[in-house]
Amino acid sequence: MARLARITRNFYRDSVELMQLSARLLALPGVRRASAVMASPANLALLREAELLAGEVDAGPNDLLIALEAEEGAAAAALAEVDRAFNQAPSAGQGGGRRQMPPRSLEMALETAPAANLALISTPGDYAAAEAMKALRLGLHVMIFSDNVPVAEEIVLKRYAAAHDLLVMGPDCGTAIIAGVPLGFANVVRRGDIGLVAASGTGLQQVTCLIDRLGGGISQAIGTGGHDLSREVGGTTMLHGLAALATDPQTRVIVLISKPPAPEVAAQVLDRACTAGKPVIVNFVGADPQTIAGDRLIPARTLEDAALLAVGAAAGRPCPPIDDGLPELPRLAPGQCHVRGLYSGGTFCYEATLLLAASLPDVHSNTPVGAARPLADVWQSRGHTLVDLGDDVFTRGRPHPMIDPRLRLERLAEEARDPTTAVILLDIVLGFGAHADPAGVIAPAIEAAIAGARAAGRQLAVVGFVCGTAADPQNLARQQARLREAGMALTASNAQAALLAGRIAATAGG
Amino acid sequence: MRLFDETLEVLNLGLGTFADAIETAGGRAIRIEWAPPAAGDHAAGQALARLVNDARVEAANRTAFAAYLAAQPVLEGIAPAREAVPGMDGRRILHAGPPIAWAHMCGPMQGAIIGAILFEGWAADPGSAGHLAASGEVAFAPCHHHGAVGPMAGVISPSMPVWIVREATRGRRSFSNLNEGLGKVLRFGANGAEVIARLRWMAGPLCRVLDATLRQAGGIELKPLIAQALHMGDEVHNRNAAATSLLLRRLLPAMLQSTAGRDDITGAVTFIAGSDHFFLNLSMAACKAMLDAARDVPASSMVTAMARNGVAFGIQLSGTGDRWFTAPAPVVDGLFFPGYSTADAAPDLGDSAITETAGLGGFAMAAAPAIVNFVGGTPDDAIANSEAMGHITLGRNGGFTLPAMNFTGTPAGIDARLVADTRLLPVINTGIAHREAGIGQIGAGITHAPPDCFAQALVALAAALPDG
Repeated sequence: MARLARITRNFYRDSVELMQLSARLLALPGVRRASAVMASPANLALLREAELLAGEVDAGPNDLLIALEAEEGAAAAALAEVDRAFNQAPSAGQGGGRRQMPPRSLEMALETAPAANLALISTPGDYAAAEAMKALRLGLHVMIFSDNVPVAEEIVLKRYAAAHDLLVMGPDCGTAIIAGVPLGFANVVRRGDIGLVAASGTGLQQVTCLIDRLGGGISQAIGTGGHDLSREVGGTTMLHGLAALATDPQTRVIVLISKPPAPEVAAQVLDRACTAGKPVIVNFVGADPQTIAGDRLIPARTLEDAALLAVGAAAGRPCPPIDDGLPELPRLAPGQCHVRGLYSGGTFCYEATLLLAASLPDVHSNTPVGAARPLADVWQSRGHTLVDLGDDVFTRGRPHPMIDPRLRLERLAEEARDPTTAVILLDIVLGFGAHADPAGVIAPAIEAAIAGARAAGRQLAVVGFVCGTAADPQNLARQQARLREAGMALTASNAQAALLAGRIAATAGG
Repeated sequence: MRLFDETLEVLNLGLGTFADAIETAGGRAIRIEWAPPAAGDHAAGQALARLVNDARVEAANRTAFAAYLAAQPVLEGIAPAREAVPGMDGRRILHAGPPIAWAHMCGPMQGAIIGAILFEGWAADPGSAGHLAASGEVAFAPCHHHGAVGPMAGVISPSMPVWIVREATRGRRSFSNLNEGLGKVLRFGANGAEVIARLRWMAGPLCRVLDATLRQAGGIELKPLIAQALHMGDEVHNRNAAATSLLLRRLLPAMLQSTAGRDDITGAVTFIAGSDHFFLNLSMAACKAMLDAARDVPASSMVTAMARNGVAFGIQLSGTGDRWFTAPAPVVDGLFFPGYSTADAAPDLGDSAITETAGLGGFAMAAAPAIVNFVGGTPDDAIANSEAMGHITLGRNGGFTLPAMNFTGTPAGIDARLVADTRLLPVINTGIAHREAGIGQIGAGITHAPPDCFAQALVALAAALPDG
């Protein structure tokens, strides 16, 4: 038991407030006696009489005196309690109906939400890196939806995050699902035991939606942003995400999705994937499956494949392919021979271009891959053409086609008027962030396109797929029904849609 | 990494629809009202990002803020500036705000300096006083460079009496001139015969009475007096009625027991009793003492001075020493006396924003319901103001409590990082001077410290700290 007195100069407090404080101190464990008073001569005399004060005290009526008799350790806790009591911000609601000021910065938000653990940043790109750095410095995980963040800043952020065991998703990360919560553009999928790390937003959406359709579920879906697997960034986020999923008890199967990474980055990612201790399905869209070899590594040819293999691995038996049956093919007029793909998802366009360029000659794109050739004028289709309407050249000063369909509707009408068009290929993306009713705006345009072609003596095929789930706000079945009613042939996945379009074009050619 | 084991709670910065989606899916999202920090200055934004939650800055701020809290300003005496203020040698005149050359000074400041030259007898008439001021033969320096503060023009010349306030924990002294009252006064640039005569009387009989009184009284602790005034409706910047009365109550017995003569006492008491703002200069010197205690802590982002010279608004940080970060002084948004408008107003002027820097004035607006008209008209507006300042400060000063906010301490210790990040600018209660010399006060109102000062300060602070 020790006696202790602390004086705070010129710290006047009302006696009622001090009596309340004394009571609060007495309630602490190990505190036998406690008195908080202004050090007036009368109060000092009282304390001396009570033998709570030993010796002379240099204090006056303006000075606050805390006198304690407490066990070792308890006194320090009591003094900390005093400091807390005097440093309290006014409690909410106090002072009548005044509105609490909404938070204006990350740090200010943490005052009222100290348990927050992730910052979702969608500010203009110029400011995103600074906000992300603040979030990391405050101990938050980060998802950066914003794009146009310089790669040098991305590297700084990711190095800091790796050193502090924090996750940085992005920059330019469109989607993620963490602990069942959709972030950015994401679909509502069942929870389960398949974890994903994806450098492609729409790729992640396609695989999670198909897993959901196949009866599987998602533990975590981590987005890395499109530059993560470049040589400069070195796959920091994918490696971090992979390691986190490897130790996550909820995750039994891991899926990695990316366009082909820089070779040394791919090697490192695959090397780590081999030691994850869990089956790892890898879809480096368009990469030679031969290059993906290792213990428990399962290469997937397409996004759909990745979903099938993941659900199969989780269930312990192969998952049969999805077969929605072949729709009736149109009878093409002479000269109708071209595929025209109008994509809102970059990875969908990329995957379809690869698949079609492997079987058709003369494939063009604004984002050419494989055997495809670049378009001289992105606004003008040539031969078989697949355009990514979400690419910067189309979105500069205009909303993304997943949000605002106008540009795609104009291009759709244009392609339908072209007598060489045999098939129009479309992706329809549902989920949070996407248009509230994409089928509602696209279906009438499809009807008009088909009717216009028919009036000109042609049958036009409109082929595509809907990336979404039954639980999405737009509802998958309702969206599909409206599109079918308009005459669109729907497949289960992007790859199937592209292959179907290719078959139609091939029959025209033959 | 623990993220997967925790309940996800998202701070949403940017598109509000993302927060909607999170909530629709049953998650928790907190919407941040975001705008580019530091007024969109990219370099400052980057500096800020580096300084947020930096262990060195946090520790330095704790040190600086604790020193500010522990400071005990005591009114010790009164003496001519020449004797009391260090470095007050030869023909030197101090002025408010950051440094400024004669040619660039605003009307009221030039008028006040001409008045000071006449008062000192360095020139015989305003014309030759102006020539002397322009000649370079009079040295001009900010009050702050000499441990002093002065309201409005803030002019202090060697023969003027200054309050001497001693900070008891460290022994450092700070100074302020004496308040002349309202009307035609030097601090608003008036320099006519009645102004000079009053200055002579203040330097003579008034200074003698106060000197004798303070010798008799011993030191007067200023913090308890300010604390009590806050409970009586003052915020000790734009309203000092209670504090002036409390001061006079403290001075009177000693004055009557002192060696001062009856007529001088009558003159002094009549003068003080007739001036609601008499305490302002002491409030300022006390604030200066508390903030000087927090100076020169390397890496600290705590603001130690905000001051205006009628052209520029300047701030100083504890971690960057005596360096000023300036931006054009704003025009005060306020209420005007009959016949005057914003068009007549000089830009923001005076060292009195030292009170806000110390958590008083506009920061303690909730204490002063009588002047809430300047901030929207209702006590709730004043409380909202004080609450808002709580978001840009390091803590609360438990020594100065606000009854209307359940006796919470005033928000104090402005953190330049928080100002830049929240875009909540320090609010300053202030008088408005006519832009021409000598017309005097034409209104009062509130103004805000310009964001650019804080942006510059952060860039400088970050530059002084190696990456880490």
